[in-house]
Amino acid sequence: MAVYKRNYKPYEGRLTADWSRFLVPARYALETLFESRLLIGFMVASLIFPLFAAAIIYLHHNLGALEAMRISPSNLLPIDGDFFAAFLSVQGAYAFLLTAYAGPGLISPDLSNNALPLYLCRPISRTEYVLSKMAVLFIPLSCITWVPGLLLFSFQAGVQGGGWGWDHAHWAWAIFAGSWIWIGMLSLMAVALSAWVKWKLAASALLFGVFFISSAAGAMVNEVLSTRAGNILSLGYVIGMIWANMLQLPAKSTIFGELFNVRRGDEVPQYMAWTMIALVFGSCILLLNRRLRAKEVVS
Amino acid sequence: MAPVIELDNLVVRLGSRTILKGLNGSLSGRAIGLLGPNGAGKSTLINTLLGFYTPLSGTARIFGKDIRTDARTLRRLIGYMPENDSFIADMTAVRFVRMMAELSGLPSEEALERAHEAFYYVGLGEARYRNLGTYSLGMKQMAKLAQAIAHGPKLIFLDEPTNGLDPAARVRMIKLIREIRDTRDIHLVISSHLLRDVEECCEEVLILKDGDIAAYCDLEKERRSNLNFIELETYGREGDFAEAIEGLGCDFADLGQGHFKMVLNNDLSVADLYRLAAERNVQIRRLNHRHDSLEDIFLKAMEVPAANGSVQA
Repeated sequence: MAVYKRNYKPYEGRLTADWSRFLVPARYALETLFESRLLIGFMVASLIFPLFAAAIIYLHHNLGALEAMRISPSNLLPIDGDFFAAFLSVQGAYAFLLTAYAGPGLISPDLSNNALPLYLCRPISRTEYVLSKMAVLFIPLSCITWVPGLLLFSFQAGVQGGGWGWDHAHWAWAIFAGSWIWIGMLSLMAVALSAWVKWKLAASALLFGVFFISSAAGAMVNEVLSTRAGNILSLGYVIGMIWANMLQLPAKSTIFGELFNVRRGDEVPQYMAWTMIALVFGSCILLLNRRLRAKEVVS
Repeated sequence: MAPVIELDNLVVRLGSRTILKGLNGSLSGRAIGLLGPNGAGKSTLINTLLGFYTPLSGTARIFGKDIRTDARTLRRLIGYMPENDSFIADMTAVRFVRMMAELSGLPSEEALERAHEAFYYVGLGEARYRNLGTYSLGMKQMAKLAQAIAHGPKLIFLDEPTNGLDPAARVRMIKLIREIRDTRDIHLVISSHLLRDVEECCEEVLILKDGDIAAYCDLEKERRSNLNFIELETYGREGDFAEAIEGLGCDFADLGQGHFKMVLNNDLSVADLYRLAAERNVQIRRLNHRHDSLEDIFLKAMEVPAANGSVQA
């Protein structure tokens, strides 16, 4: 066998597009993420509710099957705004759990191993780096939220026919946009916490804490000040209000109302809910901006 | 030669401290050394050139491109080997270097090929599938070099490349750096506090002190110009020999007991000295080409206060 001396060789081949660089860390992180059997199991489990919902839609349009199963059509969950609100709520909860599992490990290993200078000395900005880490969550979270949601909507529109899909297009938009607001908020919070808390378990616990503590704080404000305005501090409530508005649902005592503990007259104004979401996004961006630097400057 | 790095009144302030105090200069060597005691500003200068720190005022240009406005373009051309451990511990070495090469713009297939080549080149071919976290300190240094060169940059910043290496590994690292330096169309910036490393690898040296340029030294020029400075030890009729040297018109000093220091004129060679000695029946028992070592230059630079230095290579 011939033995060649190995020399350093400059690279003169083609380069990939600038815009696509941020996908590189995301691809590597996704490969690592999907090596976890727990995650695969969780992803499968998260499709149970969409399958159940698809079965309900199917039964609504298949009276023969209903008769065979001896179920009265009036006992079936109606296909309305509440149906899709319930879908968003259940899948949103799955999305939260998945984020709590996968999110905290996204940035902390880079920080604890001091790898940021190696990323940032290459043609990738800090924003692209954060986007690449968020993109790791975008894909699995999309797979369990808006993708099955729109498939369900399309299924219902297809079997119902008669312009149902067009008449209820705002539900499709609510599923898509509402899911993305939730995905964006969860991803941003996860990467921000991952940047500040190196221990993965602690970061997961903190993510739970943010939601539960915010709810508890809201309840405390409600009790002390005899108001319902404290609800605005509860992030679950806030996202529920936004989804309800997008689905053009009144926040009443339906499945949605039960899920988010909303009673008639309790609703906070939409602008306050959006302000709260903007505050969460802003805080996370500030935290990331403070933390993600190639070199730490100690004053 | 076109300048590689141009410093244009570069001021960098970190927190409340001004670290770089208005550096000016132009460096064009293939291997540029950055020397200075701890806290002199070597790493800050590298980090600023890499775009990690924003200058307070002034700027710098690399290959004529401004670090403030063309940072992204510049980063395509740059490789960086940081001083401290810097990697992802639970990744295999080859996967990590492949990812870094892809981030620099190489397509996936080419990045993998180059990552393998880089590991063989630095002597870690057999260990490339091991997790980086299991590497020894010396292996980590080599892995850092591999990620810095895998994408074939035009300029490589090496921050303390021989840190923590045993003598054998140090020799191998220096050899690799020299090999890379001698490849066409590539430039190196080596920051080190080890004078020997810089002396062995670099053509130009910038000595920093307290954020200023304390001295600039073109080592190649220095080596050439000092070739005529000679120390002699003779035995025999040294009086006659001294007269003969004087007759040649050379600057010389008779130190007594047959010891001389002299600067040979350009039209004279060492052979002329031997001939002269033979004619005077004098034995030349020792002849040294004496030149200032980098250590001499460094120590001199540390003695004098840094004078808001500027340099023109």
